[in-house]
Amino acid sequence: MSIPAPAPQHRRQRYFFDNERVLGPLLLFPAVVYIIALVGFPLILAVLYAFSDVTVGDPRIRGTENFVGFENFRDVFNDGVFRKALRNTIVFTLVSQVFVIVFANVLALVLSADFHGKRLVRFLVLLPWTTPIALGVLGWFWMLDSVYSPIDYIMRRMGLLGPDSMFGPGRNMYWLGKSDLAQAAVVVVHIWRTLPLATVILLAGLSSIPQDVKDAANVDGAGFWRQLFYIRLPLLLPIMAVATLFSLVFTFTDLTVSLVLTRGGPVNDTQVLSTWAYFKGIQGGNLAQGAAIALFLLPVLIAIAIGMLRLARRSEND
Amino acid sequence: MAIVETRKITKEFDGGAVKVVKDIDIKTVDGEFLVLLGPSGCGKTTLLRMIGGLEHPTSGQILIADQVVNHLPPRARQIAMVFQSYALYPHMNVKGNIAFPLKAANIDKEEQKRRVDWAAGILGIDHLLDRKPRQLSGGQRQRVALARALVREPNVFLLDEPLSNLDAQRRASARDELQRFQHEIGTTTIYVTHDQVEAMGMGHRIAVIEGGTVRQIGTPRDIYEDPADTFVATFLGSPPMNLIPRGDELIGFRPENFHLAPDGGVDSSTSLSFKLTSIREEYLGSEKLVYGELEGERTVARMAANADVPAAEGGEVTLFVDNADLRVFDRESGLRKESAPATIATGSGS
Repeated sequence: MSIPAPAPQHRRQRYFFDNERVLGPLLLFPAVVYIIALVGFPLILAVLYAFSDVTVGDPRIRGTENFVGFENFRDVFNDGVFRKALRNTIVFTLVSQVFVIVFANVLALVLSADFHGKRLVRFLVLLPWTTPIALGVLGWFWMLDSVYSPIDYIMRRMGLLGPDSMFGPGRNMYWLGKSDLAQAAVVVVHIWRTLPLATVILLAGLSSIPQDVKDAANVDGAGFWRQLFYIRLPLLLPIMAVATLFSLVFTFTDLTVSLVLTRGGPVNDTQVLSTWAYFKGIQGGNLAQGAAIALFLLPVLIAIAIGMLRLARRSEND
Repeated sequence: MAIVETRKITKEFDGGAVKVVKDIDIKTVDGEFLVLLGPSGCGKTTLLRMIGGLEHPTSGQILIADQVVNHLPPRARQIAMVFQSYALYPHMNVKGNIAFPLKAANIDKEEQKRRVDWAAGILGIDHLLDRKPRQLSGGQRQRVALARALVREPNVFLLDEPLSNLDAQRRASARDELQRFQHEIGTTTIYVTHDQVEAMGMGHRIAVIEGGTVRQIGTPRDIYEDPADTFVATFLGSPPMNLIPRGDELIGFRPENFHLAPDGGVDSSTSLSFKLTSIREEYLGSEKLVYGELEGERTVARMAANADVPAAEGGEVTLFVDNADLRVFDRESGLRKESAPATIATGSGS
């Protein structure tokens, strides 16, 4: 049976979308619109705002008289809270990432081994990642409550908290009320949040190491530690870099943890750039300074983006 | 140097649902080149991995140098293995790859360097020591893998299809090199392959494995000329042995054992004659293969290229086979029977 040849005009229509010059732009169009509208436009707006004197009450830029040069950046930088927020952002990010790398490697190694209930454990490890950030942080907020904290309760029952105990006479730790504890709490929540993703990425990396290579290392006489440090970790390095870059971005730009958990307190000791930009720009009404604060994130993010692209290119070339 | 022995070794997967290796008994001779030959999925690689300690046998014993090694991890077995993929460490250069087993054994730096240079020298890869594996050709990678196996001065070499990733031309020379190399160092070697040419050309002895059992073990000549069953008879040789049913027996003979009847006729007491209906001819230069039908069976004859055989379809030719070249198998079990020329002669009917 032969297929009847389609009429010429039909044929043209039918093959119209086979043309890459038509189909390519067509398929890319929604993504491009999305990025321009939701990423490009706000970014340009932020840059404009950062060099202007706009406020929430008067957000319009009318002409050159609204532009104030680097004044916002000067003001922002002369503010002690900003410097604290900048330092916190960097310290929180770096400290949490060091822990994430170590824990994610350990977890990935454990989860790549065969044991009963492996799937369940994997599922549980991944859960924090699937929870909306705000909800997860709210959970932590309750866990660290100044009066009803279940952690405090457990510590009391174990005799670690209360009169004549290791952590002092008080009945509560006041996790979010003391600077060092609040900072530690923010770091811990960041670790809790980014660990699952890093673990899953590393787990994928581990399973991509060929069985033959592991077997060869076995036969070649390498024990567990030698295999870990000479074979597995070096082979995981590129994947680890990807995981780290992802977590860096997530942690560095995160607003929710500090905002929900501590609102930047106590006394701005857990303030980070994003919360400070929010408090200054939106709550304080000074849009221009808020934008300037937020723009401080940009160089770091650009550096990370370049790092990611390099990695991607290198793995393409290999 | 060491003797490797397996005693009733068995490997099951999925709690006994799949038996990959069944009660295999093999014992090497010291310094021997033993080839495990079989089709893919026959269990030969699993057997090798069990000897290497990468798989645990379900039952049975493995002995290396008269010691039961079942409980020993691979690194304690004094073996070296070359994998089909070569399994080089991609992040280390050639030197690092070759030195890795020495580092793992905590051998001092100077001795490491000496042995790396020695192994690289034997395999002719001294000039590649600073390269990464991805910068090497297949043949070079294979030599690096061999050098890495060699530096440990192991008791036993286990090679898992090390030539299968090479192109045909390179494979022939690698075969020669590998065999010379084994001869020089004289280490007991167990070599897994599905390629009969490799097996025949390299092995002192061949163990033909199929369905998880050893069908036959012997020298290449034994196995080719006196196959123990119809599987071995048809697995080795290209084209394989012809098998012609006669009653409850199968008469087997190699395609090259066909001869044209000489002018004086055939002595029916020492040979058997067949009428072959030619179907197709394959010209191979120095020889030709004549495909035909013989008593309803597809049959192949290997003849000199100038042999006077009707090439046209349907052409008939009378060929004979010496009784000494005939092998008799039980039709039911496929197992070899002692050939009795009388039976063959009376059963021939032509």
